[in-house]
Amino acid sequence: MTQRALRILIIDENAVRAAILEEGLRVAGNGVADGGALEIHYIRDMTNLLARISGVDPDVILIDLENPSRDTLEQMFQVSRLARRPIAMFVDKSDSAAVQAAIDAGVSAYVVDGLRKERVRSILDVTISRFHAFDRLQCELQQAKSALEDRKVVEQAKAIVMQQRGCSEDDAYVLLRRTAMNQNRKIADLARSLVAAAALLRAGGPND
Amino acid sequence: MTERIAAAFVPLVDCAVLVAAREQGFAAAAGIELELVKEPSWASLRDHLCIGHVDCAHALAPLPVALTLGVGHFHVDCVAPFVLGRGGNAVTVSNALFSEMQSRASTESFANPMDAGRALAAVVRRRASPLTLGMVFPFSNHNFDLRYWLAASGVHPDRDVRLVAIPPPLMVDSLRAGLVDGFCVGAPWNSLAVAEGLGCIVVTQSQLFPRAAEKVLALRSAFAEQRERLASLLRALDAAAAWADDPANHEALARCLAQPQYLGLPQEIIAATLGGRLKIGAGASVCDRDYLYFHRHGANAPREADGLWVYAQMVRWGQIAPSESAENAAARVFRSDLYRESVPRASGDSHTLVAPFDRVTFASQDVPAYLRQFEMHTPFADVHSF
Repeated sequence: MTQRALRILIIDENAVRAAILEEGLRVAGNGVADGGALEIHYIRDMTNLLARISGVDPDVILIDLENPSRDTLEQMFQVSRLARRPIAMFVDKSDSAAVQAAIDAGVSAYVVDGLRKERVRSILDVTISRFHAFDRLQCELQQAKSALEDRKVVEQAKAIVMQQRGCSEDDAYVLLRRTAMNQNRKIADLARSLVAAAALLRAGGPND
Repeated sequence: MTERIAAAFVPLVDCAVLVAAREQGFAAAAGIELELVKEPSWASLRDHLCIGHVDCAHALAPLPVALTLGVGHFHVDCVAPFVLGRGGNAVTVSNALFSEMQSRASTESFANPMDAGRALAAVVRRRASPLTLGMVFPFSNHNFDLRYWLAASGVHPDRDVRLVAIPPPLMVDSLRAGLVDGFCVGAPWNSLAVAEGLGCIVVTQSQLFPRAAEKVLALRSAFAEQRERLASLLRALDAAAAWADDPANHEALARCLAQPQYLGLPQEIIAATLGGRLKIGAGASVCDRDYLYFHRHGANAPREADGLWVYAQMVRWGQIAPSESAENAAARVFRSDLYRESVPRASGDSHTLVAPFDRVTFASQDVPAYLRQFEMHTPFADVHSF
């Protein structure tokens, strides 16, 4: 007997995260599904959610933990008349570590009753690792952004020092770096206070 | 030494005691650095509480009971040693439904819950498609109060209408979008719907079940074992509750709650709910000082019977099969002993019982007999047969 494809529904307002997860599930592909194919659906827009979920009739729903539609979903899953098949949150009492890992990663999984545990577990593992990968990506992006800002403010501070001291660009940088080291501060932090102080002085006194 | 305690909350006026504890310095005075974590939904709050991302939570009174009994998705032993607020919920219906109700009623306005219920029942009987009503969570007084009131009016909550769970911050938008015909939610969301001209308040929780424990401080039983830490927290909350309950502080409290990190809603709407001066729509207003309160009438002391009332509602609507062990476990969730141990001064305050709107008082000593008085219910098997 051939197995029906396992239908996975991703619900996430963050399209980038959803794409990363979808790709992860595809790469893991038939391996994770334990012989059966995976069919992946994605819902981004939360309007008319219940009808759209019924339309997909998923075996597994993966949804970000902070999604406000979760209260509505959980209530629907409790009422047999609204859901065609019973759905439970992936909470296996013997496997609370997996639940904790999922919540830590910021994702909830709801699973149709009767699915083989190993099958669900491998999907959940991919999901958790992809949510973490997304977080790392966000974090790197943030770091790149702040590095760029740091560079900008150091340039501004150098210009101020050059003007005040009439020194070269290299000397201005050496002076900034030495002062930062002496005060045990980051050069960007020192540069920020210098730029702020200069702005304050430029604004002039009360008689200005 | 300062203890760090993290508490999760959902943006509602009755998170006031936690906010006041932090912002008015009551927590700091007790040596606690109280961190407040805003949650987008009750499911999210529950998850963070269950796995210990937060130490405690501003919880719907039925939530720690559901968690302790393992109904729903989690089974985690919880206790509720402090009541954070009583009352505050109300039922709002869309303007269209309100005029339909008026046309079916003998009176223009609904002076009591039975008048409003009868009018709603008359509308329900004449409709081709069922009304959709919002409530906040399966394990909430909103769900249980709405079901109780509908049933008392002759409307079966599982057969005659459609109930959907929607988190409080999305409730008003759902009414605006026409996704629901009405809802039961906590303050200030009903008042917001009225202020925006979207609907009318027809019943308040303070009319249905006066002085009901609405929100509690819920914590995992493991946290409650740290008695000294818990006692400092409860003393800080008790002082904060007394402050928040004083009308002289309502303006400052409303200003504080209005900030974006808490409710992010207009200060005057929050202030009106604190004073119990409610605009209910169609130009009418009511004044009910006990609509929502935080400290007086012995408000903060939890009662064993509150847990049993929740258990009774769960049984009535098929969320759980009746059992003696579940009944006993439910009775142990609301811990007045922990409250009294921590706040000795409070022992003089007594909580007076006030009869509900239908005069059927809750008999906690015999829940099965209490439940037999009601004709309408949903058997456990109906909900759980797949």
